[in-house]
Amino acid sequence: MGSTENLGDHTSMRSGPEFIKGFWKENPTLVMLLGMCPTLAVTTSAINGLTMGLAVVFVLTGSSFIVSLVRGIVPKQVRIPTFIVIIATFVTMVDIFLKAFLLDLSKALGPFIPLIVVNCIILGRAEAFASKNTALMSLLDALGVSLGFTATLVILGGVREVLGMRTFFGMKVLSEGFEPWIIMLLPPGAFITLGFMLGAKNLIDKKRKERKEH
Amino acid sequence: MEVILIFVSAVLVNNFVLAYFLGICPFLGVSEKIESAVSMGFAVTFVLTLSSAITWLINHYILIAFNVPFLEYVSFIIVIAALVQFVEMFIRKTSKTLYDALGIYLPLITTNCAILGLALFGALREYSFIQNIVFGIGAGIGFTLALVIMAGIREDLELADVPEPLKGAAITLIIAGLLALAFMGFAGLISA
Repeated sequence: MGSTENLGDHTSMRSGPEFIKGFWKENPTLVMLLGMCPTLAVTTSAINGLTMGLAVVFVLTGSSFIVSLVRGIVPKQVRIPTFIVIIATFVTMVDIFLKAFLLDLSKALGPFIPLIVVNCIILGRAEAFASKNTALMSLLDALGVSLGFTATLVILGGVREVLGMRTFFGMKVLSEGFEPWIIMLLPPGAFITLGFMLGAKNLIDKKRKERKEH
Repeated sequence: MEVILIFVSAVLVNNFVLAYFLGICPFLGVSEKIESAVSMGFAVTFVLTLSSAITWLINHYILIAFNVPFLEYVSFIIVIAALVQFVEMFIRKTSKTLYDALGIYLPLITTNCAILGLALFGALREYSFIQNIVFGIGAGIGFTLALVIMAGIREDLELADVPEPLKGAAITLIIAGLLALAFMGFAGLISA
């Protein structure tokens, strides 16, 4: 994740930075603190985090694309309700898809799939970016932000899964001698792990800044 | 009896913020001062109670009656957005003091996942009308409780020596984790 930001600074293509900024500099979870509910609630394992992340990728790219297409037609006063209806439609599609093909995962994620509707990342991107930019740029922005979100979720879910169940994506990674930290799978584990992830990101940013100054 | 259980469960055992992670955004954003935390908690409780009644009616008399469950999310979110707008207009006309006290927090409630979460959990658990309203009130009080405790801790935190990288949101999340740990102690209150 760290090296992608440097790429963003030097690329000559205008679309490059729009795609890359979501991973580190404007990471929705770690920097903007958006979409916290699903981040904390579903990340008991890496696979749950990945599923949630991909659901958000689909909803965010789909709704950003549509929002940027209709941005000229929708009157300013009713734009937020319009965006929400567009988002809710995509969320319903994801929900029905998961129920049809991945029932176990759908059950594990429970009401947090429908809660994507009120995920501030999605409405935030629709309002701040897609309603002002072309369809292609909105698509890149949405992809970058939502993949950054997915990466964060997989890392958070991975840490909790490894420490809480000794597995990663279901594969055993720690030996029997390691006593699983059940607390990592419970709500406190989510808060504390994310807190330390934020701290780690701040630390890396600080170290990097110091190196640039010297 | 069951109603009391639902209430205690929503306030303490399955606290919306600390166990279900609903309404984390205002929990992190509006927990710096106790006064604003109380105002926000009050506004959310108010909207939660109202929306628990209205979404139940929508669910039973429109979605189930006409067999259109796939419209659940779209209709819930529209109703909630309209409700918040309506509540805002109503409070502005009737009580200027209350309106000023709630300020910016009122419109923000639309995107508070606790409201939609409540509607979805209520529908999922097939609560009766009364049960659903009690669930709404309990969830609101639980939210307020968590928010006010957090605000109290954060006011004291200004004097504490927090490691540089953990300042701000990071330490808030870690404290929330410890609070969640403390709230797990209530789990024995209800066996279910």
